[in-house]
Amino acid sequence: MRTHVRPSGIIDELREQISKLEGGAARKAESLPFGIPEIDGKLPGGGLAFGALHEFAGGGSGTVDGAAAALMVAGIAARTKGKILWCLSRPDLFAPAISQAGLHPDRVIYVEADKEEDVLASFEEGLAFGGLGAVVGEIVRLPMVMSRRLQLAAEKSGTMGLALRRWRRQTEANDYGQPTASVTRWRISQLPSEDLPVAGVGRPRWLAELMRSRAGECAEFCVGACDGKGRLSLFPPMAYGQDQEGRVRWHTAS
Amino acid sequence: MARVVSLYFPRWPTDRIRKAGSDGTPPPDKPMVVISRSGSKRSVCAADDAARKLGLRVGMPASKAQALVADLAMYDADPVGDLAALDKLALWMLRQYSPVVALDGVDGIVLDTEGADHLQGGEEMMLSGMVNRLRGVGVVARAAVADTWGAAHAIARLTAAEWTVVPVSETAKAVLELPIVCLRLAPETINGLRVLGIESVGQLSAMPRAPLTLRFGPEVGRRLDQLFGRVAEPIDPIRSPEIVEVNRLFAEPIGAAETIAKYVGRLVMELCADLETRGLGVRRADLIVHRVDNTIQAIRAGLAKPVRDDKRLTRLLTDRIEKIDPGFGIEKLSLVAVWSEPLEERQQSSSLIEESVVDVTPLVDVLGNRGQRIYRITPVASDVPERSFKRVGPMSEEAGIDWPSNWPRPSRLFAKPEEIEVMNVLPDSPPRTMTWRGKRRRIVRGDGPERVFGEWWLRDAELHAVRDYYVVEDENGERFWVYRAGDGVDTATGSHRWFLHGVFG
Repeated sequence: MRTHVRPSGIIDELREQISKLEGGAARKAESLPFGIPEIDGKLPGGGLAFGALHEFAGGGSGTVDGAAAALMVAGIAARTKGKILWCLSRPDLFAPAISQAGLHPDRVIYVEADKEEDVLASFEEGLAFGGLGAVVGEIVRLPMVMSRRLQLAAEKSGTMGLALRRWRRQTEANDYGQPTASVTRWRISQLPSEDLPVAGVGRPRWLAELMRSRAGECAEFCVGACDGKGRLSLFPPMAYGQDQEGRVRWHTAS
Repeated sequence: MARVVSLYFPRWPTDRIRKAGSDGTPPPDKPMVVISRSGSKRSVCAADDAARKLGLRVGMPASKAQALVADLAMYDADPVGDLAALDKLALWMLRQYSPVVALDGVDGIVLDTEGADHLQGGEEMMLSGMVNRLRGVGVVARAAVADTWGAAHAIARLTAAEWTVVPVSETAKAVLELPIVCLRLAPETINGLRVLGIESVGQLSAMPRAPLTLRFGPEVGRRLDQLFGRVAEPIDPIRSPEIVEVNRLFAEPIGAAETIAKYVGRLVMELCADLETRGLGVRRADLIVHRVDNTIQAIRAGLAKPVRDDKRLTRLLTDRIEKIDPGFGIEKLSLVAVWSEPLEERQQSSSLIEESVVDVTPLVDVLGNRGQRIYRITPVASDVPERSFKRVGPMSEEAGIDWPSNWPRPSRLFAKPEEIEVMNVLPDSPPRTMTWRGKRRRIVRGDGPERVFGEWWLRDAELHAVRDYYVVEDENGERFWVYRAGDGVDTATGSHRWFLHGVFG
């Protein structure tokens, strides 16, 4: 009786066939780990996938500036290799801060356009070029069709696409719930900084919400902001009631 | 519709002599004239500003000028030299501004800048940039841009403004008031028209055409039509022997985008082969499209480094093929390498072990030719935050330097610091509360002050100026970069008002 073939074997075989059909990308799924097992464990592939589009936005009242999200993106880009293309239309990014997140100014090429469509076009062109470490696009709207084009361009070249969503008004941030083709979607909100034994501002902390992850689960992490090499660190959930709004449900750090 | 820039150099002969800077050139405040000679008559044919101030005029007899101004510097006219210098300037403009450049008389240059102005930041920026750059090398210039050559020519010569932008399709309004001397007609014709009492373009264009043609010939009507854009006046671009050019003529005019793309590809191959024999790479390539209705269109591709790669060049040129309007058909395509530089072949190192560094210039070229601003940001030694960085070219040498990292910097810096209201107790402590954009925040943590002094060695006004920067965090964890103008004690150091300059991530 040769009845039982192990179901996982069948599934593996099917997966292989599907991946062959999907544009013949025999590429091994590569990813950029955060170096924090708690976060990497939640992401399929053990990190942020190369050759994919990832979305970042600020949370709370940071949606307009996206200041924390910009630093998060800079930290991720800093840990890739090669040049970074940063497409934007509002030139208020302060380069010294980007450099403090580990991204050396010599590595970043800025592309400034007047119109949102041009930013998207540069974003896509950069992704399709191949050979860049990552391409960052500061964009307001990301329609489904456009996100799919970006995702395809990223898949083809294996470049990581980092869409930095920021809005002109806080109400526009509702757009962030709309579906896109991006592989992960993050929201980075600011938290009170680390307590110091003396008066002063400690290491900034963020609440990094993984709102969507293709073939994965959502998760929330309380992290310390990027250090000089773009690395995050995990903080234990804050037990000392600093968060007065109580809007955050903390996951345990395991 | 074309957009034509006309540049007029009212003092070209004197400016050129000064610019050439040979020994004994008089200083700018010394009057100087250029004398031309016809038969035994010697008269002034150009006078600089200092001479004009003293009452010397073009056309005045040389002896009279000499009698009026003692110690007058006089030079013999050299029309050939003037024209050669103008030709050189036009070639420079061909590289710099537009693919279609030609001489306009003996004292002007004309350029077709349709679709080229965005690379200079728009028409106003382009014109003011041209005038200022020329003034920097000591050439007085007046510029105008309009829909037609005739209009731009007339406005550049007859208005006092240094540069004028005539908006698209407002040519008629701009030229109706101008006197008829601007029409590029023979002096006899102008005099004849004046006898009839016609002074302005508006009056002339209101006249019935047939009697005018009968009396003065077809030239008057033609010039009027050219002025208003009723007939095309193509600009025949200048060329010099070192410019590599390849052409293709079509017996049957072409028009479809794929056909154009195919022939562009072939022209690029031809051009690259030609460049290879000369050991050159192209920095700027122009595709010039001659249509059957006798108009010219041009597409320019700029490159950050010299290139002789046919695939890349084809890509850059065909990227904007939708900008070409074939009209009734294209009868000739020319591909011109207006700016080429030596390009040496280099052996590529084998990358078996080391990862090769990817050259991003092709990407930069593609994006740059679409009119996007591409730059890198590099540190400048300045403590004042908004002066601590500058933009450099995307392919410029890597500086390897970084900003000092001992103080945190906000990820968004406001171009204009926003005034806030604060409450603080001590002059040296961070504020307790701040009100920004109508929202009051309680501040729970703060760092500072980081004192920034004005750059008094560069700017006198900043001799005492001080800014005290603080990093503050409100109760929700939002972090801001605020500063007080002044040191909090001495009012000479600043207004003591508080500003928000950036937000941290």
